[in-house]
Amino acid sequence: MNTDSRSLPRWIDIGLIPVINIALALIVSGLIITVIGEDPLVAVTVMVKGALGYQEGIGYTLYYATNFIFTGLAVAVAFHAGLFNIGGEGQAYMGGLGVGLVMLGFDAALPIALLLPLGLLASAIFGAAWAAVPAYLQAYRGSHIVITTIMFNFIAAALMVYLMVNVLIQPGQMSPQSREFSMSGHLPFMHEALAWIGIPFARSPLNVSIVWALLCCLGLGAYIWRTRWGYELRAVGHNERAAVYAGVNPRRVIVVTMCISGGLAGFVGLNEVMGVHHRLLLDFTAGYGFTGIAVSLMGRNHPIGVVLASLLFGVLYQGGAELAFEVPAITREMVVTIQGLVILFSGALAYMTAPWVERVYHAVKPRRAPAASEA
Amino acid sequence: MSTGDDRLTNDRAAVPSSPPPAIELHGISKSFGPVQANQNVSMTIAAGDIHGIVGENGAGKSTLMSILYGFYEADQGEIRVAGQSVNIASPDKAIAAGIGMVHQHFMLVDTFTVLENVMMGAESGVLLSGSITAARSELKRLEAEYDLYVDPKAVIEDLPVGELQRVEILKALYRGAKVLILDEPTGVLTPQETEQLFRILKALKAQGGTVILITHKLREIMAITDTVTVMRHGKVVASKTTAETSEAELAELMVGRKIRAELQRTEVAAGAVALRVGHLTVRDAYQVPRVDDVSFEIRAHEIVGVAGVSGNGQSELLEALSGILPVDDGLFEIGGRRITPNAPCDPAQLRALHLAHVPEDRQRLGMVGEFSARESAILGYHNDPLYQAGFMFNQVAIKAKCADLMTQFDVRPPLPEALSANLSGGNQQKLILARELNRAPDVLLVGQPTRGVDIGAIEFIHRQLIELRDRGCAILLVSVELEEIMALSDRILVMFEGRIVAELPAADADERSLGLLMANAAPVETAH
Repeated sequence: MNTDSRSLPRWIDIGLIPVINIALALIVSGLIITVIGEDPLVAVTVMVKGALGYQEGIGYTLYYATNFIFTGLAVAVAFHAGLFNIGGEGQAYMGGLGVGLVMLGFDAALPIALLLPLGLLASAIFGAAWAAVPAYLQAYRGSHIVITTIMFNFIAAALMVYLMVNVLIQPGQMSPQSREFSMSGHLPFMHEALAWIGIPFARSPLNVSIVWALLCCLGLGAYIWRTRWGYELRAVGHNERAAVYAGVNPRRVIVVTMCISGGLAGFVGLNEVMGVHHRLLLDFTAGYGFTGIAVSLMGRNHPIGVVLASLLFGVLYQGGAELAFEVPAITREMVVTIQGLVILFSGALAYMTAPWVERVYHAVKPRRAPAASEA
Repeated sequence: MSTGDDRLTNDRAAVPSSPPPAIELHGISKSFGPVQANQNVSMTIAAGDIHGIVGENGAGKSTLMSILYGFYEADQGEIRVAGQSVNIASPDKAIAAGIGMVHQHFMLVDTFTVLENVMMGAESGVLLSGSITAARSELKRLEAEYDLYVDPKAVIEDLPVGELQRVEILKALYRGAKVLILDEPTGVLTPQETEQLFRILKALKAQGGTVILITHKLREIMAITDTVTVMRHGKVVASKTTAETSEAELAELMVGRKIRAELQRTEVAAGAVALRVGHLTVRDAYQVPRVDDVSFEIRAHEIVGVAGVSGNGQSELLEALSGILPVDDGLFEIGGRRITPNAPCDPAQLRALHLAHVPEDRQRLGMVGEFSARESAILGYHNDPLYQAGFMFNQVAIKAKCADLMTQFDVRPPLPEALSANLSGGNQQKLILARELNRAPDVLLVGQPTRGVDIGAIEFIHRQLIELRDRGCAILLVSVELEEIMALSDRILVMFEGRIVAELPAADADERSLGLLMANAAPVETAH
């Protein structure tokens, strides 16, 4: 889709250009911060220190990144099949509901060794099911998936409110949340897991689901580029007519891909419900599903890119929170503006600089040996 | 070669009174990743000439013209138009410099009228009415000047392909083109339409226009051009005055070796029926029959050619027989299986019945441009256990297969990792043919096997098809090239408006009679 950068080597396309984009976003942010009378260098320092400067901050950064990896991968896999899944938010919500129901039902009876795979499965199945309906409607009825997945976000939100207020609420409580799961329904925190192997680490919401997130990256990368199913998925995404010619059923590919996408988004529920809150509650998805779109765009829909973009967004979330806390003149809204600028420059304007970079690259290239362009 | 060069050099150092050359290219280079499409290309095209550019596929003709028309920017080199050095960064710059282009694939809005298409992008003012009046009178003038008539009120989708091309030419002239580039203009035309096109080009020349004609048909070069440039492997290998060269010499320059003119074919007795089609009907979304009650048989050891002006149901016939389009009525039988509206068969199942399909539109159907060549080389066969290692692809086996196919069919560059879209048209075609022929199919459906393919590769592809037939394959060949149909086929079917209007042994066919049958101008006759 991006013919601009086709003549550029990969390291520029996926390495240099994103760095330039982030730098531009930070420069514009710096201008805004200067205008309100603060020192942009101080702000950047506070932000980076807050996100990466101490153990608790790192823990938070990685915890946010975990959610972004799940939703980023969800958008990325759909994108390879030519589908734009905007329903990550609702699928994540449903994934959490799945985990929550399993925990509420079995946390007294089963040990963590069984609850963990059950929770994993439940979040994937609930997320996948929530994506399967729009997928079916797109594949067999021609309803546009962008519209239906957006609508399913609202349905998921309404359903959760109903369930939390009327069905799953802890009796005798005012706030719409379920009872806390018993200990066997808690995913181990990373600081606990690290303590077992003798590494002390500060307390944070970071839990073992980050390991699962990284495994998902590896698995998804292998699926998309190393299996015949991924081959069919990409064929449908790039050239549906050629896929039909090859004997691929695009409808089946659409449904399967959206189930994978929804399942990945559903794992946000695993991280949040089983990993952090240990109970079902409202609004734990907090926009991660939508941010996943920016993460995937920025990561060029590649698992490694998604991990890097997730880390960046983790830094922005955590560092931004610190910044709003430490520098009173920079409000929460200002932090959102900075995050927005990063999304703008690296998502919507991702290829803005590509023609200039290309020109510079081609001006510099002839001076190097012709071996610079790989044989 | 020296004569041509002298002539061109003389032009360059022209005396002040004679006009500067219409187009001069100096040292144009362009590469796509590892593929060097143009390498230090220089040529001079005198004003008022019809200049031909010939070359094998992948020789860099289309890239060069895309640079001249502003689709690509050259990595190096200079373009001069009428003596002025210009920077053509986009097609509008090309248009402003008086360069117009008629693409191989027409760039028209199907639901607009001719008039609307011609003026599109060249309107002025807030309201359209002024532009419409201006465009109408300008069209009248062009019509008178070049004998180039198309009904301005006709809607594009209703027009035959020959007229669409005239609309494209009108579009370019309307924008004041002094230099007209035509990329493989005759590929989709009947012989009669080709003659008409040539009359138009001669009228353009008579009015002082310059024409650049990219084609792989040397006969057309000889018939109409004044000068000709031969390209090979991205470089110019010769510039000639057409009157001083010959078809044979050009062919040799293009390919870089002598080529055999006559196709060797042995008579082989036809075997058992391999594909039987009975009253097959395929309708489009509006329930209009595109293939209408078609019946025929193909036996082993037999090539049956389908002649016809494109758009008369040949594409739909191929797509129905390969399982892409559903059968609406009638049936076909292959490998003991009967495919009817109630018993459909998808392309994968048909492949399992030893049917192979080389589609007409290689870029849209035959391969995925964004895939590596290695991945395109297994399209349709990607579920073969040969390519699997557990859940994963066996990358080593796939790469080895692709390298093998590339060697056998001389695909250049022979890089399994190259992006499919970056291969030239002819090399894409060779890769697809390699993939499909490699399976030793019982039935082969092949559409436009040599469209946009150069002479050297045409000869090679034809030999492969004949060889496959000799080994017992039943081949259905659809082509708009009558020469190709007549050279390869044992029997010829003529399609018109979805029906088979004639069937005749290849020995009885000649270009004129087929042309008339294709236009349905002759009484319907059937040999059986």
